[in-house]
Amino acid sequence: MSVHKEMTLVTERTSFQELDNVVFKPTESKPTIKWYISMGISLFALSLGVVSLGYTFYYGIGMWGNNNPVGWGFDIINFVFWIGIGHAGTLISAILYLFRQKWRTGIARFAEAMTIFAVMTAGIFPLIHVGRPWLAGYLFPYPNQHNVWVNFNSPLLWDVFAVSTYFLVSFLFWGLGLIPDIANLRERTTSGIKKFFYTILSFGWRNSNRHWQHYEKAYLILAGLSTPLVLSVHTIVSFDFAVSVLPGWHTTIFPPYFVAGAVFSGFGMVATVLIILRKVFDLEHIITKGHLDKMAKILLATGTMVGYAYGMEFFMAWYSGNTFEQFVFINRAFGPYSWSYWIMVACNVGFPQLFWFKKVRNSIPMMMAIVILVNVGMWFERFVIIVTSLHRDFLPASWGMYAPTMYDIGIFIGSFGMFFTLVLLFVRVMPSISLTELKAVLPGSQPSHHHHE
Amino acid sequence: MLKKLKEKFVEIDGDLRLEERSNEIYGVTAVFETPDAVIEAAKKVADSGYEKWDVNTPFPIHGMDDAMKLKPTKLGYATFTFGTIGALSALAMIAYMSGFDYKNIIGGKPFFALPPSIPITFELTILLAALFTIIFTLVVFNKLPKMNHPLMDTDYMRRVSSEAFGIFISAEDKKFNPDEVIGMLKSLGSSSVNLVYKFATDEDKIKTPIFKPAFLGILAGTAVLTAVLTYIILNYAIYTVPFDWMTNQPKLNPQKMSTLFADGFGMRTPVEGTVARGFKPYESYGKPDSLIRIISNPMPFTKEVFELGKKKYDTYCSPCHGNYGKADSRLNGQFPNPPTLHSDKIRNWKDANIYHVIVNGQNIMPSYAKQINENERWAIVHYIRALQRSQNALDSDIPVDGNKK
Ligand code: HEC
Repeated sequence: MSVHKEMTLVTERTSFQELDNVVFKPTESKPTIKWYISMGISLFALSLGVVSLGYTFYYGIGMWGNNNPVGWGFDIINFVFWIGIGHAGTLISAILYLFRQKWRTGIARFAEAMTIFAVMTAGIFPLIHVGRPWLAGYLFPYPNQHNVWVNFNSPLLWDVFAVSTYFLVSFLFWGLGLIPDIANLRERTTSGIKKFFYTILSFGWRNSNRHWQHYEKAYLILAGLSTPLVLSVHTIVSFDFAVSVLPGWHTTIFPPYFVAGAVFSGFGMVATVLIILRKVFDLEHIITKGHLDKMAKILLATGTMVGYAYGMEFFMAWYSGNTFEQFVFINRAFGPYSWSYWIMVACNVGFPQLFWFKKVRNSIPMMMAIVILVNVGMWFERFVIIVTSLHRDFLPASWGMYAPTMYDIGIFIGSFGMFFTLVLLFVRVMPSISLTELKAVLPGSQPSHHHHE
Repeated sequence: MLKKLKEKFVEIDGDLRLEERSNEIYGVTAVFETPDAVIEAAKKVADSGYEKWDVNTPFPIHGMDDAMKLKPTKLGYATFTFGTIGALSALAMIAYMSGFDYKNIIGGKPFFALPPSIPITFELTILLAALFTIIFTLVVFNKLPKMNHPLMDTDYMRRVSSEAFGIFISAEDKKFNPDEVIGMLKSLGSSSVNLVYKFATDEDKIKTPIFKPAFLGILAGTAVLTAVLTYIILNYAIYTVPFDWMTNQPKLNPQKMSTLFADGFGMRTPVEGTVARGFKPYESYGKPDSLIRIISNPMPFTKEVFELGKKKYDTYCSPCHGNYGKADSRLNGQFPNPPTLHSDKIRNWKDANIYHVIVNGQNIMPSYAKQINENERWAIVHYIRALQRSQNALDSDIPVDGNKK
C-alpha cells in the first residue's frame, strides 16, 4: 500500500526497535521548546475559561447571553460541537477496524484519545448549563431523599445515559489498547518509579499468546459494540432537538444528519491536530501524507452528506406545506442570522469540495486551511440550528435576538484550552501511536504463509 | 532539604525495582528473530507434547492460536450474557421507576412504554457488554493483573515486548528437562536460549506494586480527602455565599420578614371582611366562650372524614400541639407550649368550643379561619376526639376475648 511505502523507517526487521524509539521518545525525553510553547498557549486559553467559569459560578448563569426566547446558547452549541468531535475517534478505532482499514493504525490511538478528551470537554457544558453543577447527581436515577425518579421520557435523560456510556466505553477501549504498549514501556524503563506505575497500568501484561488470543477477540467485540454506540450517541443528541415540537428541530432527518455532521467535524479536528502534532513531535514518517489524504477523502464524503441534509431540510419545509417550518428555513437563510447560515454552508459544503483535487489533498497548508474552516463551519452549524430556531418561534410577540457575552466566549475559548492541554499532556506521557497495532500490519511482521492443517 | 528529597526519591526508586532471583529454575526462554521461525517452532513444541509453555510476541501473530493448538476463546458468551443482563435490567429499572414507583404524568404519555425506553436500554446493553468483555478478558481469562511474574524484567521480556518473538517453556511442565528443552529450542533455530530463575522470595510473599504500603496509603488518603471534600461541599459550601443564590433569592417566601408592610410579615392575609370562595363567615367570630352558639358537628363519622381531619391536624395543629395532642410540640422552646388537648376541660368541651378555637384562636394561638375551611375544621374536631379516645383508653376498652386472639 502506498501508505507503507512512505514509511522508510520500517522496511527492515530491526526497525521495530527504531519505531519504539521514535514513538516513545516524547515519553522518555525532556519536552521540547515547541511543546512548551503549545502548552503555554493552551494553558492560557484554559485559564480564560476558568476565570469565566469562576464568574459564572459566583454570579450564576445570568452572566451568559441566553435569555428568553433563546434559552440554549453557547452552552449547548459547544456541547454538541465537542461531542461531535469525539465521533471521529470512535469511527477510526472501531468502524475502520471492522472494515480492516490498515491505514487507521497510525492514527487510531491518537484519535481515540481525542474522543475521550472531546467528550470530557463536552461533558462540562451540560453540567454548567444546569446552573448548579454540584447538584448534577440528580441527573442519574438514584434513590434519593425526595423519593423522586428521573423522567425516562425525556431525551435529555437519554443523553445523560448516552454520553456517559460513550465516555466509559471509549475510555475502556482506549485503555485496553494501551496495555501492551505500556508493558513495552515497563520493560524499557530503568527508573524504578516509572516501572512501578507502568506495571500497574499494564496490569502486568507479558505479551503471552494465550493472552493475545482473548485480547484480540475482546478488541473485535469492543469495536463491534462501539460502532452502534457511536451512531447512537449523536442520534440521541439529535433527539434533544428532534423530540421537541419546535419548527426547524422537529424533523426525522436529524439523527443521520447529526451523525454525518459529527463524523465530519471529528475528522476536521483530528486532521487539524494531527497536522500540528506530526510537526511538533517529528512524526511525519509515521503519520504520513497518505493518512491525511485518506482523511481528506472522508471529509469530502461526509461534508457532501451534510450538504445533502441542508438541502433536504429546505425541501421538507417546502413539501410539508407547514408555514412555520417554511418560515424558519427562510429566516435561517435570509433572516438576521443569515451570515451564520452562509458561513456554515460555505465552510461545510463549499470548501471541502476542493478535496476532489489531489493537489489540494497533498498540500499541507491547503489542507490545514480547509480543516480549520471545517471546524468553524461545524461550530456554526450548531449555532444555526439552535439560535435561529429559537429566536423566532410561532409568536412574533416573543421574538428576540441572541448575543453571547464575554463570559460565554471565555468559556468557549477555555474549552479549547482544556482540550489541547489534555492532548498535549497525553502525547507526553503515553505512546500516541499504537505500536502493537502498527507493528502487526507492517510488511514482514506476519508469517509469510499460513499452514492450515 | 532538596538534597534529602532527592535521596528519598532515589531510595524509593531502588525499592520499587523487582526482586532478587534465586537459583531455582523457573523455565527456559528462546528468542526467535522472525515470525516464520517462531510459528514453526511453536508448532514443533506443541507437537512434542509440552503443556506448560507459551509464546510471547509484541503483537498477535496470525495463525499462532492454531499452531499452539489453543481452543477458541469463549469471550463471546460473556459479552452476550452481560449484554442481555444490561438490556433486561434497564427495562426493569425503567418499568419499576416510572411505571410503578413514581408515576408522574408527563405530557399525558403512558407511564411506561417501550419506544421511549429504547435509548436507555440500548445504552445500558452496550455498557454492560463492554464492561464485562474487558473484565472477562483481563481478569477471568488472562488472570491479570499479575504484577510479579518471573518473566517480567528479563532480557527476554524486554525483547519480546518490542521486536523479537519468543517461546517460553515452564519448569513446571511434566516433561521438563533443562538440557533437553535447551537443545530442542536451539535446534528449532532460536538465536538465544536462556534460563529464567524464580524470585528469591516466595512468590506469594512478594508485595506486588499495588500492595506496597506507600501506594495503598496514597489511595486511602485520596479516598478520605475526596469524601471529606464532597461532604463539605454538599453540606456546607453550597449553602454559603455566593452559592446560595438559588436558595436565597430576592423575593419573599413564606415566613420571611418584610419591611414593606407595616406588620413586618412577608406573608399576606386576605383583607379584613372579605370572604374567600369555599368559606363562610363565622357568626361567633371574636365572641368569648360563653356567648358561642353551640352547634353540633355536621360531619359524618366516616373513614374519609377522619383521614381529612388527620391530614389537616397534622399540617396545621401538630407543630404546636404534637402529633397526638399531648402538647409535645416540635416547636418546643421556640413558642410557648400549648396545653394538652387531653385535659378534662377539652374532653368535656362541646365540639363547637374546639371549632371556635380553630376559627377564633385563643390568646396567643392564632386564628386558622383563613387556612382551614368549615368542613375541614369539623373534621379536625372529629380527629381530636378520636385522639382523646385513643390516648385515654381504658382497660375495659380491650375486648375480653381480644387477649386470646
Ligand atoms: C402556633 C402554635 C399553635 C398552633 C399551630 C395551634 N395551636 Fe392551639 N393552642 C396554642 C396555644 C399556645 C394554646 C394555648 C393558648 C392559651 O394560652 O390559652 C392553644 C390552645 C388551643 C386549644 C385550647 C386548649 C385549652 O386548654 O384552652 C385548643 C382546643 C387548640 N389550641 C386547638 C388547636 C387546633 C385544632 C389547632 C389546629 C387547627 C391548633 N390548636 C393549632 C398554639 C397553637
